[in-house]
Amino acid sequence: MNLHEYQAKELFEEYDLPVSRRGIISEKDQIQEALESINFSNGCVAKVQAHTGGRGKVGGVKLCKTIEDVQQFVDQWLGKRIKTIQTDENGLPVNVISVEELTDVDKELYLSLVIDRGAKCVSIILSEAGGMNIEEVAEKTPEKILKAELNSNFKISSDQISLFARNLSFNKTQESEFKHIVENCCKIFKDKDLSLLEINPLVITRAGALHCLDAKLNIDENALFRQEKIAEKRDASQEDSREFEAKQNDLSYVALDGNIGCMVNGAGLAMGTMDTIKLYDGEPANFLDVGGTATKERVSSAFKLILSDKNVKGILVNIFGGIVRCDLIAEGIIEAIKEINVEIPIVVRLQGNQSNLGKRILNESGLNVIGEDSLQLAAKKIVDLVK
Amino acid sequence: MSVLIDKNTKAIFQGFTGSQATMHAEQCINYGTNIVGGVTPGKGGIEHLNRPVFNSVKDACSETNANVSVIFVPARFTKAAIIEAAESGIKLIICITEGVPVIDMIEVINELKNYPEARLVGPNCPGVITPGEAKLGIMPADIHMKGSVGIVSRSGTLTYEAVKQTTDAGIGQSSCIGIGGDPVNGTSFIDCLEMFEKDHQTESIVMVGEIGGTAEEEAAEFIKTSISKPVVSYIAGVTAPKGKRMGHAGAIISGGKGTAQDKFKALELAGVSVVTDLNLIGARLKELL
Repeated sequence: MNLHEYQAKELFEEYDLPVSRRGIISEKDQIQEALESINFSNGCVAKVQAHTGGRGKVGGVKLCKTIEDVQQFVDQWLGKRIKTIQTDENGLPVNVISVEELTDVDKELYLSLVIDRGAKCVSIILSEAGGMNIEEVAEKTPEKILKAELNSNFKISSDQISLFARNLSFNKTQESEFKHIVENCCKIFKDKDLSLLEINPLVITRAGALHCLDAKLNIDENALFRQEKIAEKRDASQEDSREFEAKQNDLSYVALDGNIGCMVNGAGLAMGTMDTIKLYDGEPANFLDVGGTATKERVSSAFKLILSDKNVKGILVNIFGGIVRCDLIAEGIIEAIKEINVEIPIVVRLQGNQSNLGKRILNESGLNVIGEDSLQLAAKKIVDLVK
Repeated sequence: MSVLIDKNTKAIFQGFTGSQATMHAEQCINYGTNIVGGVTPGKGGIEHLNRPVFNSVKDACSETNANVSVIFVPARFTKAAIIEAAESGIKLIICITEGVPVIDMIEVINELKNYPEARLVGPNCPGVITPGEAKLGIMPADIHMKGSVGIVSRSGTLTYEAVKQTTDAGIGQSSCIGIGGDPVNGTSFIDCLEMFEKDHQTESIVMVGEIGGTAEEEAAEFIKTSISKPVVSYIAGVTAPKGKRMGHAGAIISGGKGTAQDKFKALELAGVSVVTDLNLIGARLKELL
């Protein structure tokens, strides 16, 4: 789950991290009030709040000198959609704009904490090349990337902090500010079950102070049960509505742009099924994992979800029955199809326990359903049928 | 021989009396696996599936000499359950539970450093099976056949797919290990490859990976230097878009890293026989042997 930048900064404030004072605008009549809550004497930076990077490049971050500038920015963006290199062609809705006090920037650095899968720990990444795409920096100038692993208490040693400080040529005051920032970032990461904390850029101001100019936080979905306060901050408008609905129904769905809907049990097999369709010259419309136990209810809500995508011309169901009997799954599929009146062709591949019986039940149902027990044949068939 | 589990394995289930655990424990017992009891705090003293229930893993171990535990407790209690198993002297901990917070897993991995003899498989995995000897997990038994290929995979149903194909090809399996689809887990591909290399029954290896992370690339490096047996590999997720989590918490292409193409390339360079068609795992293996 992602937070907006302003939400992340509110969290940073709770941990005494240096962020800019800001006002929030979600209605056009809030501009005055928002500007009164900050020091606007030299102007402000207006920022579109949306779950994407690259906002600046499309005019979503702007220096505003006057209240008219702010007004214009709000008119331009509020209630509209923002399209960046990271979003799809529809972009994301802009429901909130923040206005921040200005910061005199001398130097831009990069700081992040990530889950380090290889080392099975949290690692901190630092770079003198802030404000840029860090993956590019890592590729072109790997010597500019500094890295260290947090210890088993999710902390970093003072020696390591001093080493970083020397590498970044901090003076004594900056080193102690840096220590404070890093230590509290480590604390937030653990306390709030983050999977990513990124400050890009972390800046040194003209006055020489360290300041978090941006803030990006991702929260581990698996931990939301114990992060209730953060879960409340979820902005569903920033997520694909079908993906969001899927989550509510305990399904895992990702929209793609093909025309063959897929329903599969198991995430790996769901990916494998998409790949198989593609291999036989079809285009998958989605990733959908109905989970280990494909009950009638789940199958039914999965069909509804797939059909809400108007590009879908046919559906491939791939269930590796395993311990659940395939004849029961076949009956569940038939009931679901009848209930929601599916008219496009459906090919169902059933494998595992009682798959022959399941196949027969489907083929004799009189519905527009074809049963198969080989994924290869099933994929070829649905690709032919949607042509 | 086989790896991790065999007919001498004595296993308990943690979260024994829950509905999922009950169903799967029953299947494991029917397969002939030696399930000696289970743990459900507060229910110690009763019998379940004709086996004793204990309040703690420690009690279970001292009464039954169990050496393996299968974990079925809810995600929020999983960290404590794994650590309890290790503390009580369990040597192999197979964690089926999915949805465990990654911070918890990092804490578990740190804690397990104090118990070097304990091995964790999972979480979020189908478990381990040695066909004809023991089954500890949620995999369907009847697709397996005792044989010579060792199978290791990050995904559950994709493992079954590989198993089914190698059974149909008449090759059969020595042992199958699901290592799970989470970003931070216990046993790695490399651990399994090493075990299969040492195991006499295993003559070839199937490794099923998926997008996300660099575990397959690291495995490729290891295969190049340390594996003499033929390896067939399939990677799921060629069609997956960047930045989208494909079901498994670990299956996400982030920062351009972890694509299926990267993994195919690394594996091919390591001399692995890579199949791009999921349906051809069994056929390719048969060609190689």
